[in-house]
Amino acid sequence: MKIKALFFAACRDIVGNRELDLDVGEGSQVEDLKNVLLVKYPELATINNVLSIAVNAEYVDGNAILNPGDEVAFIPPVSGG
Amino acid sequence: MGNVFKIIEKTIHPDALYQDVLQDTNGAVAIFAGVVRNHSGEKRTDHLVYEAYADMAEKKMKEIGDEIKSRWGIVNLGILHRVGRLEIGEISVLIAVSSPHRSEAFAACQYAIDRLKQVVPIWKKEVGEDGESWIEGPQAAHSGN
Repeated sequence: MKIKALFFAACRDIVGNRELDLDVGEGSQVEDLKNVLLVKYPELATINNVLSIAVNAEYVDGNAILNPGDEVAFIPPVSGG
Repeated sequence: MGNVFKIIEKTIHPDALYQDVLQDTNGAVAIFAGVVRNHSGEKRTDHLVYEAYADMAEKKMKEIGDEIKSRWGIVNLGILHRVGRLEIGEISVLIAVSSPHRSEAFAACQYAIDRLKQVVPIWKKEVGEDGESWIEGPQAAHSGN
């Protein structure tokens, strides 16, 4: 199934894209998608332990189940203000 | 009025939200402006670049407004955050809160900026004498609960 991944700030620099359309297996969890991306972009490991994930603009845990068309955002520690 | 929660690309003026939060029953308006400063620790800053996940940022700012409403009963507030390149002295974030008396307005304004720095998906890149780097806040925005 297709999902859209969004990358911001340091994540975007590592991945080289702000947005990627990706194919993941039915029933995939956020953690599964993260693991696929860690293999493809090993440098993500440097910020993996401080990354938050949002699905459709809401923070979720790693075990959240993905659905077709979901927008999954990779969110480094925020620094607004 | 109030309830303006926006990510914007153009210059924020300090009075941008003032008129918007006024109400005849309210005798206090607290305004907080975050401003780009010329140094970070010992290093000189040339300028900053802000990036946001705008849809989610506006949603989270509105949630902060809801939290303030349930905690202090305050409904007249707004938050603006700018993105893009900002020069020294420019406003990056503006928060305005009005309430019947000053103590709630001060408290809610402080709460709004503290929460914004914790949960709103916005990032700051410092560009200065040592090149450029993304600044990471002190904690993950969501730690799994």
